[in-house]
Amino acid sequence: MTELNHLTIAGALAGLAKKEFTSFELTMACLAQMQKHRDLNAFVTETQERALEMAMNSDVRRAQGQAMGAMDGIPLGIKDLFCTEGVLTTAGSHILDGFHPTYESTVSANLWKAGAVMLGKLNMDEFAMGSSNGTSYHGPVTNPWRRKGENTRLVPGGSSGGSATAVSARMVLAATGTDTGGSIRQPAAFTGIVGLKPTYGRCSRWGIVAFASSLDQAGPMCRTVEDTAIMLGAMAGYDPKDSTSVDVPLPDFRKAIEGGVKGLKVGVPKEYRLDGLSLEIAKLWEQGVAWMKEQGAEIKEISLPHTKYALPVYYIIAPAEASSNLARYDGVRFGLRVPGESLDDMYEQTRAAGFGKEVRRRVMIGTYVLSAGYYDAYYLRAQRIRALILKDFTDAFKDVDVVLTPSTPSAAFGLEEKFDDPVAMYLNDVFTVTVNLAGLPGISVPAGLDSRGLPLGLQLIGRAFDEETVLRAGRAIERAANFTAKPEGF
Amino acid sequence: MSLDQKQVKHIATLARIRVEDAELPGLVNELNGIMTWIEQLNEVDVTGVEPMSGVQSRDLPRRPDVINDGGDPEKVLKNAPDSTHGFFVVPKVVE
Repeated sequence: MTELNHLTIAGALAGLAKKEFTSFELTMACLAQMQKHRDLNAFVTETQERALEMAMNSDVRRAQGQAMGAMDGIPLGIKDLFCTEGVLTTAGSHILDGFHPTYESTVSANLWKAGAVMLGKLNMDEFAMGSSNGTSYHGPVTNPWRRKGENTRLVPGGSSGGSATAVSARMVLAATGTDTGGSIRQPAAFTGIVGLKPTYGRCSRWGIVAFASSLDQAGPMCRTVEDTAIMLGAMAGYDPKDSTSVDVPLPDFRKAIEGGVKGLKVGVPKEYRLDGLSLEIAKLWEQGVAWMKEQGAEIKEISLPHTKYALPVYYIIAPAEASSNLARYDGVRFGLRVPGESLDDMYEQTRAAGFGKEVRRRVMIGTYVLSAGYYDAYYLRAQRIRALILKDFTDAFKDVDVVLTPSTPSAAFGLEEKFDDPVAMYLNDVFTVTVNLAGLPGISVPAGLDSRGLPLGLQLIGRAFDEETVLRAGRAIERAANFTAKPEGF
Repeated sequence: MSLDQKQVKHIATLARIRVEDAELPGLVNELNGIMTWIEQLNEVDVTGVEPMSGVQSRDLPRRPDVINDGGDPEKVLKNAPDSTHGFFVVPKVVE
């Protein structure tokens, strides 16, 4: 029999329903795997006691024939960006030392309401700023995948790097992530799992530590498209506590996935064929196009002319919003305080000690582009180009139902590979960041291995609030790719 | 246009982050690297394009003007590095 921690959510729900095993046993199997692979550094905090208590409660509900939630008894990891009541929440930063929220984020509360079990809090880039998990105050996370015949430790991507590693290494059945420029989809691609960024407004941002409020969105990271559909349904929903949460009906995502792609119009954006795009990525993309055609989809070349400006626009808008959001870390209300001679001195010393280099860099860029004399030239101009990027998509979606692209420009890279130039690291998000700027849903689905044995992903982008088509198209790629590879030893 | 040490020091003050003088040259280089890369946005014609602060064009929703939260000073102060008599404590501001 398969080890329980290797089950999908759908498989585990079926097994629990048939009483083949208990949530307690399933949770124990996950906890054992977490302990065995602590060297990967996926967790910041393990909540073993709470996990076993939640699992036992689920088993009692089932034994007594009570109503069961959509994810009852399923053990999950939670990115350390979600506030969890009474459980340390650090956002990967030194400045949130010792922060135990007195409230629960709406998304995690929804998951507990659906009966899910919390295994712990997952490592991440500091304040979700990074693409390698290398900026975490708690140290880097290691990808369970290795290049064929090599022992070089690889990054899991970021910022949801702990989530990606935990799902890929079978420590958890699934995990929450957040995505501001690609932070769910890029690590999902690097670790051979599925990651979905929902439409902006689909999941509540309440209780999630804010990075860039007009871009941030929470989403599921799972091992199959079906699991992703199940978990999205449990996470999403209107929340009056988030004024940007949108009050629209919640479809049955799981039902949507098997519809097939016959007659679906799939757009392939010519601007994503970057100069110097790796041959392997280009080949995988062509393969994806062929898979869609074979299943009856109609392929159309489309144009998204402002694609090349998306990253620089992002690196004005995201830091600007971050500089404002991170003003709250002042050593007064929570987290780290470094004493100073005056109030300003305390602020400056606390923030110098508490923020890492990448966060400091982005807060300073954001402060600069919002400062008097530069606001129009940088921030307002970026907001105008953002409108053009959205218009590119709006125009394209008049002709197509979904857009197919690669998820990342490369496979996972080495932990020790230096990125002295911050801009080189930013390019990781070249295929994902447009989706955040336009507020659209996007999924990364594992589609194959490169010549060195590392997973690569394909991305599908849909119209706002049309996650159903995104999931259905993602399922078509999953079916054709039949990606069954696992990291060696897991 | 590129940033010099004096400007970067000023930005750090605005952001309330202490930057030691020894760190300034490196920081100037990093920030200039990023800002130079961003300059490519100047080639886009944005005439007549409205700036967009978020993807939702609709008005923010309103709720009835009633008290629906509060009265929980212990919870508010629970994570404070220093508090007393129901207040946050900060270094002396007024002489």
